[in-house]
Amino acid sequence: MRYLMLLSGTNPATPPPPELFEAIMKLGGEATQAGVLLDTAGLLPSAAGTRVALEGGQVTVTDGPFTESKELISYALYEVRSKEEAVEWAARFVKLHRDLWPGWTGATDILQVMDPSGS
Amino acid sequence: MTQAGYEATRSAIEAVWRIESPRLIAGLARITGDVGAAEELAQDALVIALEQWPADGVPDVPGAWLMATARHRAVDLVRRRAVYQRKLQEIARDAESRAEYYGEPDVDAMDDQIGDDLLRLIFLACHPVLSPEARAALTLRLLCGLTAAEIARAFLVPEPTVAQRITRAKRTLAARQIRFEMPPRGELPGRLASVLEVIYLVFNEGYAATAGADWMRPSLCAEAMRLGRILAGLMRWEAEVHGLVALMELQASRTGARTGPAGEPVLLTDQDRGRWDRLLIRHGLRALDQARSLGGPPGPYEVQAEIAACHAQAHSVRTTDWERIAALYVVLGYLRPSPVVELNRAVAVGMAHGPARGLEIADRLAGQPALASYPHLPAVRGDLLARLGRAAEAREAFVLAAGLTANEREKALFQARADACQAPASGPA
Repeated sequence: MRYLMLLSGTNPATPPPPELFEAIMKLGGEATQAGVLLDTAGLLPSAAGTRVALEGGQVTVTDGPFTESKELISYALYEVRSKEEAVEWAARFVKLHRDLWPGWTGATDILQVMDPSGS
Repeated sequence: MTQAGYEATRSAIEAVWRIESPRLIAGLARITGDVGAAEELAQDALVIALEQWPADGVPDVPGAWLMATARHRAVDLVRRRAVYQRKLQEIARDAESRAEYYGEPDVDAMDDQIGDDLLRLIFLACHPVLSPEARAALTLRLLCGLTAAEIARAFLVPEPTVAQRITRAKRTLAARQIRFEMPPRGELPGRLASVLEVIYLVFNEGYAATAGADWMRPSLCAEAMRLGRILAGLMRWEAEVHGLVALMELQASRTGARTGPAGEPVLLTDQDRGRWDRLLIRHGLRALDQARSLGGPPGPYEVQAEIAACHAQAHSVRTTDWERIAALYVVLGYLRPSPVVELNRAVAVGMAHGPARGLEIADRLAGQPALASYPHLPAVRGDLLARLGRAAEAREAFVLAAGLTANEREKALFQARADACQAPASGPA
């Protein structure tokens, strides 16, 4: 089963400590090494992004930043055997932020990827 | 705790177990020197977790908790054994040879050596003293955390058979005094071949299952791919490991397109390439690049991955580099001579240089005893004959193929091809 994980959050005023990056790289390495992490990347702030929307039959193109209070920070694609496994990996990721970047709040949304073959 | 809460905790524990059990067992096997004891100790830790966590909550770092609990018991076990050993007053030579196992365990080294321990565990589970079936069962048990029941369902055999295979395998490893260590340099190529064989066997077992079959069977592909990726991380310098990973990723990329809406098989040439999994193709091509970059003559897995890559990169059957595929089958024929490889070469040559040239090769295989009851030989001949306009012979070949296959869906496919063959004189142009 494939799960897409979308991490969003609100950064505190303090810059992210280098230890956080190190820990994230280490955990990512572990997940890759375990054969479950298929793809992952960080995302630039939405100030650098653009939104193409459809509303009332009108297609509008609006440059960022988006108005949501939380910014999408990164995505990851996991191949695991159960949703609980995905939850466990996501929890490890979020706990790194708790332990290494005081004041950070955020969430990882875990969404299952549709797969006609079922594996 | 409510029943639902209990179930949720239980599922969470199982997930942690799936993630941690190979590392756990590997680390414990190094402490105890005994993979059977390691597995029991790991299981004990799981049982304790199942008792405590629903009441006390899941620990913040559950993997570390399991490891600490199991390690504690492992050290206990080793100490008790050491006392027992001393009391037995074994002969000096024997005692000496066991000293590294039954001495005071080097627990601190455990965390640093997890990678090495995993590798040792893989080599142990795939040891050539075990039959391929036993190796596969033990590997799935120890390195994928599957239960005997799950393995049994995946391999379509009764559960007691699998349980017995695993028990016997562990007993054989103990009786033959197979140590928890890396194979000596001289033995490494053969031992690695044994590991790769097991992983590919597991993969093919899953790949052979079609949609509609028990979900457990196709999931074997995912297990094999995960094992392959783990191994590739641990043995980055081995081209054939990357070759096997590339082969599996590229083959698996076609899974969604291999069966039609009714579960019928769809041949590679008829597949909707839009349904191929681009992510797995990308992974596969990257692994193949890794294998190539390590240099040296390519091994059989790398060559098969090269063939799979030709298909993966082609937008259609027509634009496929069949000439390269035909050449790669020549190379594969040198590395792994087999009539099946030669038959595949016939197909590729038939595409690259026309059906007549392909048929020459296929016809030379007709007398091979190994292919006497192989349905794909007449099926390939039928296809080549049909393209040559020899409809009656083609029909005969497809009927033969339909009669030989045990797979109902394949039978229907061949029968349909037979029915579609019409003599040019009587049929419409």
